[in-house]
Amino acid sequence: MRDLEDRVIALEGQIRTLKAAAAQPAPAQPTPAQPGPAEASVQNQAAPTAAPPAQTQEAALAATTAQEPTLGGAGGSAAKALNPDISVIGDFIGALGGNSQQNSVSLQPIPAFQMHESEVGFQSIIDPYARGDFFLSFGEEGVNLEEGYITFTALPGSFVAKVGKMRSAFGKVNTMHNHVLPWVERPLVTNNLVAGEDGIDDAGFSIERILPAPKGIFLEATGQLFRGDSGDVFHSSQRSDVSTVAHLRGYRDITESTNIDLGISYARGHNDLGTNFLTHLYGADATVRWKPLRRSIYHSFVGRAEFIRSDRQQLPTTQKAFGYYASGDYQLARRWFLGGRYDHSDRSRDSALTDKGGSIVLTYWPSEFSQLRGQYRFTRYANNIDANELFVQLIFSLGAHGAHPF
Amino acid sequence: MLNRTRVLLILLCLGVLFLPSLAEAKKLNVATATTDLAALAQEVGGDKISVESIARGYQDPHFVEAKPSFLLKLRQADLLIVVGLQLEIGWLPPLINQSGNARIQVGAPGYLDASQFAEILDIPTGTVTRAMGDVHPLGNPHYWLDPDNGRRIARGIAGKLGDLDPSNTAYYQQRFEDFDKRLSAAEQKWDAEMQPFHGRKVVTYHNSFPNFAKHFHINVIGYVEPRPGIPPTPSHTIELIGLMKRENCKVILVEPYFDLKTPQAIARDTGGTVVQYLPSVGGEKQVTNYFELFDYDIGLLIKAFQTTQ
Repeated sequence: MRDLEDRVIALEGQIRTLKAAAAQPAPAQPTPAQPGPAEASVQNQAAPTAAPPAQTQEAALAATTAQEPTLGGAGGSAAKALNPDISVIGDFIGALGGNSQQNSVSLQPIPAFQMHESEVGFQSIIDPYARGDFFLSFGEEGVNLEEGYITFTALPGSFVAKVGKMRSAFGKVNTMHNHVLPWVERPLVTNNLVAGEDGIDDAGFSIERILPAPKGIFLEATGQLFRGDSGDVFHSSQRSDVSTVAHLRGYRDITESTNIDLGISYARGHNDLGTNFLTHLYGADATVRWKPLRRSIYHSFVGRAEFIRSDRQQLPTTQKAFGYYASGDYQLARRWFLGGRYDHSDRSRDSALTDKGGSIVLTYWPSEFSQLRGQYRFTRYANNIDANELFVQLIFSLGAHGAHPF
Repeated sequence: MLNRTRVLLILLCLGVLFLPSLAEAKKLNVATATTDLAALAQEVGGDKISVESIARGYQDPHFVEAKPSFLLKLRQADLLIVVGLQLEIGWLPPLINQSGNARIQVGAPGYLDASQFAEILDIPTGTVTRAMGDVHPLGNPHYWLDPDNGRRIARGIAGKLGDLDPSNTAYYQQRFEDFDKRLSAAEQKWDAEMQPFHGRKVVTYHNSFPNFAKHFHINVIGYVEPRPGIPPTPSHTIELIGLMKRENCKVILVEPYFDLKTPQAIARDTGGTVVQYLPSVGGEKQVTNYFELFDYDIGLLIKAFQTTQ
């Protein structure tokens, strides 16, 4: 009797695998005629008393194709089975307040209401060796390829490589999409020294590897080579004006609920004055996280700081600008987060001009898929221009469940 | 002569030094998403594998952080066993991608989704939307809390271990058969212990109890969460209290990672009792394997049912 039940359940498992293959893109084998090792091994694992176990997904796909009548073109669930995971994230911002000197040029303005960015993500496994990720940001006026790259996950020597357009690994904030930031906008140092909202986001390739380290320490090195165009930081006047980014990350669990994450970064590229003018960026970042595992959904804390130095070659002299931010975000309850940030940054083109500021942020998460945020920001721009601003942000996510940022 | 003895001695010493590491190297490295899968893998893998879970038993398996330290485990793994049904969707995919380990990528021989072996409940029919909360479109992923599913998963893992390590296939098979026997004996005992309480009604915080309830004939009449993943609301709590009073339900089961405030308020209002049951091995220190998990939970339940009769 139990055998019979087990057989039925094994069959149900097979059907689920078929359905999952239809619902989620499976790693398509390029040569289905020659079963790969995965297929062979899974088919060998027939349990002694149960029916044959679930087949691999490409076999499942083949079965689906056989059962579903082809409706031509894109019809049939077999065609849909290869669709990537699609997600859309909406980001609406409202702003109040402004500069104390109304006649002065508005600095980093945020309009009263703005459908700031709608990020559409397409993500899928490409083949047994790689996956693909595309993030298109639809602003109110146009579309921008925020990121679009292939990641080779099965390279020898534990290397992971990416090719395409991507946010570079310079520090922490530069790697984050807008909707995972704990604030409505980016820190002053990002705006002044690291190309603003889009940051160092360029086409090229990246290679990373976990390095051998003493037990318990995670050490990872990343090297990236880009075309050399990133906002107002890097500008490529000729083909050889490529930019490079290097990042070294060290991470360690202090206890099971506390960990520390340190990084150093370097970026080099040509600036908008021409091929003979370089900009060097040096960065250091530190993050401390606390999340008690038994109450992980109720309380947590993230403290973070990034220090960035920019050496910009220009006439008459190189501008050496420095900036940093330090922030803390505490989760008060399951749905509530309270945070603060202090900003301080020189300007890259004139390091004698220094902007400072601070923010208080309160975020409410109705569910995992939406958040409502309020942020009060005070900024004292260079030449004593003060700005008091209040931002309200609503972020909402549709479609595939993305990974939580870490 | 002396020299030769010395050389032999040195070689022997070296041999002794290297032997344990060679034996170590032969072990299959198994990483699992949760402690229950680690416990089941340990049952069938014995001393031929070394197994480690990413999530802890007292942690909400939906919300594990994708810590880089887990990458250190994953990059060494020969086999990764996951719960599947999108339980780990928020944290495992980036870890797999960044591991730089081709063996455990989705679809590779070292990737095993344990849900394919188990009886899955609550598979939604019809349209699935997030208005239903954080619903799992492929079915309820908390399926391991049924001894029959434990047996099926263990059998699946034994088969996979045999594929990856063919020289020990018989060993894994024999370990599975031994586990099967012990589990059947324990199951008889558990079934007998729970028999007097068939049909008893309980409320659970999250819908993570359906397989246990089905196996032991417990009737789950409601949840403290208004929808999966949505924290309790006053209106839902009032409704739930009304339902519990009408149905004469007095037991509220809460996973160790949820706040007890609302469940305790409900218990006060209904004259019921809050039971912090364990969904996973390792939820408490003394619960170190799959058998102790059921011993612990059944002990708690019986006590709760007896005191609320």
